[in-house]
Amino acid sequence: MEITNLTLCELSEKLESGELTSVQATEACLDRIKNTERLNNFVTVCDKLALDSAKKADEARARGAKGKLLGVPIAIKDNISTQGVRTTCASRFLSDYVPPYDATVVKKLKDAGAIVLGKTNMDEFAMGSTNENSAFGAVKNVRDENRVPGGSSGGSANCVAADQAFASLGSDTGGSIRQPASYCGVVGLKPTYSAVSRNGLVAFASSLDQIGVLSKSCDDALVMLEAIVGKDPFDSTSAEYVGKFGALDGNVDGITIGVADEFASCADKGVLQRANEAITALESMGAKIKRVSVKSFDAALAVYYVLSSAEASSNLARFDGVKYGNRAKDYKDVNELYKKSRTEFFGAEVKRRIMLGNYVLSSGYYDAYYLRASKLRTVIKREFDAILSECDCILSPTAPTVAPCFGEQSDPAKVYLSDIYTVPVNICGLPAVSVPFGTSDGLPVGVQLIGKAFGERSILNTGKALEKFAKEIR
Amino acid sequence: MKKTIDDNDVEHIASLAALELSDEEKQAHKKHLQKMLDTFEALDRFDVSDVPPTAHILSAVNVLRDDIVAPSYPVDALLENAPQSEDGAYVVPRVVE
Repeated sequence: MEITNLTLCELSEKLESGELTSVQATEACLDRIKNTERLNNFVTVCDKLALDSAKKADEARARGAKGKLLGVPIAIKDNISTQGVRTTCASRFLSDYVPPYDATVVKKLKDAGAIVLGKTNMDEFAMGSTNENSAFGAVKNVRDENRVPGGSSGGSANCVAADQAFASLGSDTGGSIRQPASYCGVVGLKPTYSAVSRNGLVAFASSLDQIGVLSKSCDDALVMLEAIVGKDPFDSTSAEYVGKFGALDGNVDGITIGVADEFASCADKGVLQRANEAITALESMGAKIKRVSVKSFDAALAVYYVLSSAEASSNLARFDGVKYGNRAKDYKDVNELYKKSRTEFFGAEVKRRIMLGNYVLSSGYYDAYYLRASKLRTVIKREFDAILSECDCILSPTAPTVAPCFGEQSDPAKVYLSDIYTVPVNICGLPAVSVPFGTSDGLPVGVQLIGKAFGERSILNTGKALEKFAKEIR
Repeated sequence: MKKTIDDNDVEHIASLAALELSDEEKQAHKKHLQKMLDTFEALDRFDVSDVPPTAHILSAVNVLRDDIVAPSYPVDALLENAPQSEDGAYVVPRVVE
């Protein structure tokens, strides 16, 4: 048995039964990480800390401690604060920044006994869809090393796909968990906005960001979700988690799945075929399909890029070289300190978004762009809420294509199109999961399920049905 | 609202963003911004006259806590990440003449 091939739930059972120890599992992961180093999934690997925690987890278990995550090795995206462990956001600005505190989600996972293997590579400050915008180098998709893993949680998705970790945390602002999950062939869950505390997550767009899970199965995702949800006094946008938990059964008999007419025109043929097969599969298991129309679909990308860039330009104003992060060497006065530090240490994509964000918020343009996009946000939300009052979930492809090759898309504006199915979800604050379903040209295809607020269990259950079906046809 | 980005716009935005751009970068940003504004024309195709803006997706407003004093982070821990510090403070260039 190859330990690293196990799912999180399978490992958890073997740790509980004593068949495996956390030290064995952790050593297996660290070996795997070393042997597949060329993938460049990690910015920082915490060998010693991980093995120490694994020993402590085994000792705790010997004293009677229990828990599904006790002793399970996981990875954390490098924009989530880990006390005493470098957290870079894949930026030169924070290349040596060590947080003095753990993000709330990290604290929760540690309290549950999970082992932190390290911090995963990403697009700088979570801005990007290919993980090519990292100051620490690109990540190679384990399914085909000439291709990108997606982004911005590229390292997090790829490390799970490569069996380097049993699950990982990522962040999703416009699809940054779901799209790399689709490209790498793993499960990627973005929870309902407010379900998971953002305390300790380096902010990109505060009204859109959510921390979520990359895992090998829907069952695994549910276990991780349960550990990280909850209202947090340190995040005033967080809410009491009112969704259900409890084992998934993959039973979709009688549920209604919405499929939008507008979705078909954006995706490649192979991707669409898999999505249509997923629809047929769910129908064969008793689900009802309802054709719906998302009239505002056309505008969602524009709304997303206006709002997210605006919020990013505001959130990234704190990086000025004064209190943390790197500072430029030569400056005459305080204004030069800010300018030179930001110019030297921010990457190109980050600068593009900051420029765009400043423009749409600037005097004379605020109404036409930011305010208008905020109003359209209400229109989009109302439309999705109306559809979800008549459907249990909405199904779409996660991304329009399979993972592209490195450098395939040189125009940054065109790269944004890969987010077309994922951004409406963040705009509405709804939960969504990407579940692998077949391949196209040998590369993974993901199907996205969008649920009602706090309906994570329901979409994971539908995802499990797809997993069962995909297993049977193999 | 059709808008064309010119060189003055790029200068102005760069100064708002506190970024120094080379001439080549200014042209690249001008091109990119123009592309983005062209895609933003999609915003004009919908009627939003009677629609309130959404700033926060939930109904929570003014989340408060009781005014109870609790320990803050130790100063030393925070200054560990300071680019320059002295006597428990951050060192910055002179701001006031």
